[in-house]
Amino acid sequence: MRNAPWLGTLTVVGSGAAALTIILLVVVVMANILIGGWDTLSWEFLSAAPTEGMTAGGVFPAIVGTFLRVILMSIVGVPIGAITAIYLSEYASQRSIFARFIRFAVNTLAGVPAIVFGLFGLGFFIQFVGGGMDRAFGDGVELRWAQPNLLWASLTMALMTLPVVIVSVEEAMRNVPRELREASLALGASRWQTVYKVVLPNSITGLLTGGVLAVSRGAGEVAPILFTGAAYFLPHLPNSLSDQFMELGYHIYVMSTQSPDVEATMGIQYATTLVLLLLTFSLNFAAVYLRYRMRKRAIA
Amino acid sequence: MRSSDLYTRKFHVSEFLAEKLIAATAFLSFAVIILIFVFVFREALPIFSSSEPATHDEAVQEEVETYGEEALGEASQLRAAEEKERRAGSIEHVEGNASLRNLLSTDWQPVSGEPKFGLLPLIVGSLKVSLIAILLAAPLAILAALYTSTFAPKRVKEILKPAIEILAGFPSVVIGFFALIVLATFVQDLFGTMYRLNAFVGGVALSLAVIPIVYTIAEDAIAAVPKSMTEASLALGATSWQTALFVTLPAATPGIFAAVLLGVGRAFGETMIVLMATGNAALMTFNVTDPVRTMSATIGAEMAEVVFGDTHYNVLFLIGSILFIFTFTLNAVAEFYIRRRLLRKFRGG
Repeated sequence: MRNAPWLGTLTVVGSGAAALTIILLVVVVMANILIGGWDTLSWEFLSAAPTEGMTAGGVFPAIVGTFLRVILMSIVGVPIGAITAIYLSEYASQRSIFARFIRFAVNTLAGVPAIVFGLFGLGFFIQFVGGGMDRAFGDGVELRWAQPNLLWASLTMALMTLPVVIVSVEEAMRNVPRELREASLALGASRWQTVYKVVLPNSITGLLTGGVLAVSRGAGEVAPILFTGAAYFLPHLPNSLSDQFMELGYHIYVMSTQSPDVEATMGIQYATTLVLLLLTFSLNFAAVYLRYRMRKRAIA
Repeated sequence: MRSSDLYTRKFHVSEFLAEKLIAATAFLSFAVIILIFVFVFREALPIFSSSEPATHDEAVQEEVETYGEEALGEASQLRAAEEKERRAGSIEHVEGNASLRNLLSTDWQPVSGEPKFGLLPLIVGSLKVSLIAILLAAPLAILAALYTSTFAPKRVKEILKPAIEILAGFPSVVIGFFALIVLATFVQDLFGTMYRLNAFVGGVALSLAVIPIVYTIAEDAIAAVPKSMTEASLALGATSWQTALFVTLPAATPGIFAAVLLGVGRAFGETMIVLMATGNAALMTFNVTDPVRTMSATIGAEMAEVVFGDTHYNVLFLIGSILFIFTFTLNAVAEFYIRRRLLRKFRGG
């Protein structure tokens, strides 16, 4: 059997067909959403609020909500991720138990389902931290922090995207040539000076890539914010951290599953999906480009 | 002399502080895992601690009443005993208690007059959908990975790799939307299934999310097979497909196994796709064309409407804990396989 020509043909054709199937699947999904959403997509759709009980108008508040959430998430998540990467790559010895614990934690964090992060956000941020803040600062009657809001949703998301940042920054730091570090140390610079003045500037693309990938992942994920901050419809934009917000992915979910007349809003649904897809694509594309440049420089 | 002394001392302090600060920040990842563990389990705990004794009292008390009612009817002795047991069970639900028997029942009706928190249909649902997804995704992804690293012409590789990256970049809500609007209709037209949204549609949609994970890790594993092995095989006269099938693939098996495990973990925990595409009916069947409600979708759909501290709330956290433990175990096993087995195998240990 090991010499049977048919087995060879089968292997090559079968695996080729599998590859082709995957490519086709991607093309079909993309084409469907592009065609379905193209007609409704317009400048007005991007810049207007939903009207007439969400059956007309645009998705501006959802775009703003997604944007705010992603910005807040990056402000918290990227520095923490970068510092963790610095520790793993520059400070920890490979054999140290502490570093291995952290590495294990990062890998585990990457595998925790998004919905469990949502539960954590609810149990920890909203109930525990928010509840505590309300007891400490509030008037004891009105709930301000112990309820879903922009801050808790962003923090939950920041924790979820932490591994993305860490992995990307660490890769960039490993690509910084050893000689550079040695030269810096030989000139009398300390470890922190070397990290700060030599390693970090040389891995700035990795930092950017990590940030962009985290934003892309965060922008598309809906499960963790289902009950930590996203709202079905709001008449006004969020203007403080303790406000709820509308969000693109959540908007798609709500419009396609809970609206009384799904057919009537099909155009809006497709267009919203297209907006989200274009957003994550442009981010991913930027990340791919940055990584490509980084690797090219690492080789050169 | 003095100033240089000062400089060195200040210098050391800042160095020391920087290192400690960095280590402390790095520790945060570990702390988060612990916190997730603590806080998700903490909210699930009341089920086990408070309900049991109270339930017992209720049940005993109700038994008497049930006998009374039963005496009015003319059921046989056996029937009465059965009925009594059933009633006693249902009384616990009225109280909103989640006894072990309630949790292991086959009904999930959390917001009825007699809330029933049977987790079995949800567990079966999750397993069913994940199984369909991995059965579809794993062969496709592994074969495609084999193809890229062995047979693929450069041009195909240049299309396939970005295609996989694009697939990995699809937000799950987009895949869910596609499944809900397009795929479900397509499947129904093709097979004439009774329900538009069912486990099969959910599984197919989920496989789209699983393919990139399995592909990426399987391809890594295949690429990590030492060149000396494949070259030796080719030098001995084996053709390229023989090398791929009988040398590369067996050598990469542990990594591919890990890829499949991580794929299962992703499928099991994925929420939005199954929430949108599976119909969300908590049926305890093994038919793939029935609607199904998974554990993750149950949390996603119900958590926003539940009263804090309610039994229902606690049960949803219990489901989250089960999800967490399950994916945690899968990841740990997968990592073990990738790290240990692969290394040992290639070092010839």
